[in-house]
Amino acid sequence: MIETVLEVELPVGEKVKIVRNRIMPQLEINSPGRLSLVSGIHGDEIEGQYICYEVARRIEEHPECLVGIVDIYPALNPLGIDLASRNNPMTHMDMNRSFPGNAVGDHADRISSAIIDSIIGSDICIDIHASDIFVREIPQVRLSDTFAEQLLPLAKLTNADMIWMNATATVHESTLAHALNIMNVPTLVLEMGQGHQINRDYGHQIVDGIFNILCELGMWTGPRPRTHIPAISSDGSVEFVRSKMGGLFLPTTEHNHFVKAGEIIGELIDPISGKKLMDITVEKSGLLFTQRIYPVVYEGDLLARILTDAF
Amino acid sequence: MQEVEISRLVSPYRDDMVIKGYQFGHGEKAACIVGPVRGNEIQQMYICSQLVRALKELENNGCVSAGKQIMVIPYVNSHSINVERQFFGVKGVDINRSFPGNDYGEPVSRLSGKLLDEIKDYTYGIQFTSFYQRGEFVPHVRMMETGYQNTSLANLFGLPYVVVKHPLPIDTTTLNYNWQDDNTCAFTLFTNCNESIDETSARQAIAAVLRFLKRMGIIRYESHSGYISHVIYEQDMTEIYINHAGLFRSKVKCGDDVRYGMELAEIIDPGDGSVREVITAPTDGIVFFAHNSALATQYDIAYRLIHRLHE
Repeated sequence: MIETVLEVELPVGEKVKIVRNRIMPQLEINSPGRLSLVSGIHGDEIEGQYICYEVARRIEEHPECLVGIVDIYPALNPLGIDLASRNNPMTHMDMNRSFPGNAVGDHADRISSAIIDSIIGSDICIDIHASDIFVREIPQVRLSDTFAEQLLPLAKLTNADMIWMNATATVHESTLAHALNIMNVPTLVLEMGQGHQINRDYGHQIVDGIFNILCELGMWTGPRPRTHIPAISSDGSVEFVRSKMGGLFLPTTEHNHFVKAGEIIGELIDPISGKKLMDITVEKSGLLFTQRIYPVVYEGDLLARILTDAF
Repeated sequence: MQEVEISRLVSPYRDDMVIKGYQFGHGEKAACIVGPVRGNEIQQMYICSQLVRALKELENNGCVSAGKQIMVIPYVNSHSINVERQFFGVKGVDINRSFPGNDYGEPVSRLSGKLLDEIKDYTYGIQFTSFYQRGEFVPHVRMMETGYQNTSLANLFGLPYVVVKHPLPIDTTTLNYNWQDDNTCAFTLFTNCNESIDETSARQAIAAVLRFLKRMGIIRYESHSGYISHVIYEQDMTEIYINHAGLFRSKVKCGDDVRYGMELAEIIDPGDGSVREVITAPTDGIVFFAHNSALATQYDIAYRLIHRLHE
């Protein structure tokens, strides 16, 4: 059942609507479990659209197997998705810095507040993000230190390739995930792929993980997908490779490959002089899980991230 | 007057973005004034440029106090100003949400880190910036409630109002917050516009800064005493929301003294021209903030009133 969580009138004959698809079990169940799947909080991250589609499609294929409630919110920032804009086009602000919102505030506050109110009561929430248009990522769960202990068992079920225990910056306190975790809705943030694109393989991998979680929570009686346990890392085990100067970056290794200390992973070139500015090497061995895909770089731009304790 | 280079961002396809400071006097780092970190802060850049002009004249007349040094940085984000974009770089990052920065991260973090490093030792810091919500303000001094804020000093600008804001998590990444965190007594000055130049409020802002510098013993300058400022806490203001979207026709402006029940604005249906909503004053007060776009989205803030204050 498609429901409107909140709608806001735009100036000329249009409303912004936050919608959810509530999928109920066929049989009446006492105190059914509830999983909320949210996506599209950043309008340039489309990977979650396919995951929402595929989860709904698989349930539709075997509705008799669903013994809990699945709520799907594909587009928390519908105008952003329409315009391929990371930020909320109405405020030009990052919507994921506006939670928990305020039910009597301005439109951005009211939308955030209505989303929180709608998700509260879920047994778990999964917030699907993609990378931006600049770097490509393997499927990973990002956990803040604050909730790592509580969320790690659930994160291991997601079928992601990696769990990254991320130090908590103060601004993270304004994210949807932080707000929900504070309100006792265990919320996982998944990130994968790249902005403006859909990687079906990553999508299927994470959808398997979601059905794995549904099985674990006793909400799905269909076959449990085969999944793997993600590598677990902390900030200390991730090496950031940044550009030392401006230029054009050309990768020379594949994404999601193991690299050895000293290995060249790309080169920085100068298109006007025809000269190579420098080779980009890594200092430590490990899994290249983040790779620059947008070639134009300034000093400091991220070129790669290596998970160094993956060996 | 001495021109100093604060920071240089090397670009592969454009001229370098040079952050330049104009330094007056010698000795103790007494006061630093920072202009636009966003590309649409044209009024702020104009004010800073006129401050440079005024301080140059004062210095030539021997009116900068001995042992005191003043720095004015009239623009930070010139790359965005030149292409009329609000935010910085291809990622569209808000520099004023990127402090304190560092010397090892993303380009914007390095930029803000270098800037803060250069200005953090000044005793007084004055920033001209814009508000995240579009609209007009009564000129005022704004301070974050960090525990270090000093409203008595803010009074010395002689502007009509000093506003104290309790910081949200997202505010902890602004220049004002981090400047205070580094023990600089930081103030943010708002005038009534951004993209265009308003000569009257610009003159008021320039006079306020010169008045402050004089009162702190940094320059010798004869000026009008200005106002004895009224200190307001942001949460005490009355917010008036727009309940229906459409065309916004305001009947009052910033600074107006309004009475309970008075008609403040109409929302016009953009199709048939009928009045969809009449916005009235819920209390007596002074209009402190006014929506200034011709378009209104539902739940936009139409006005903020200083409750029960009269001219």
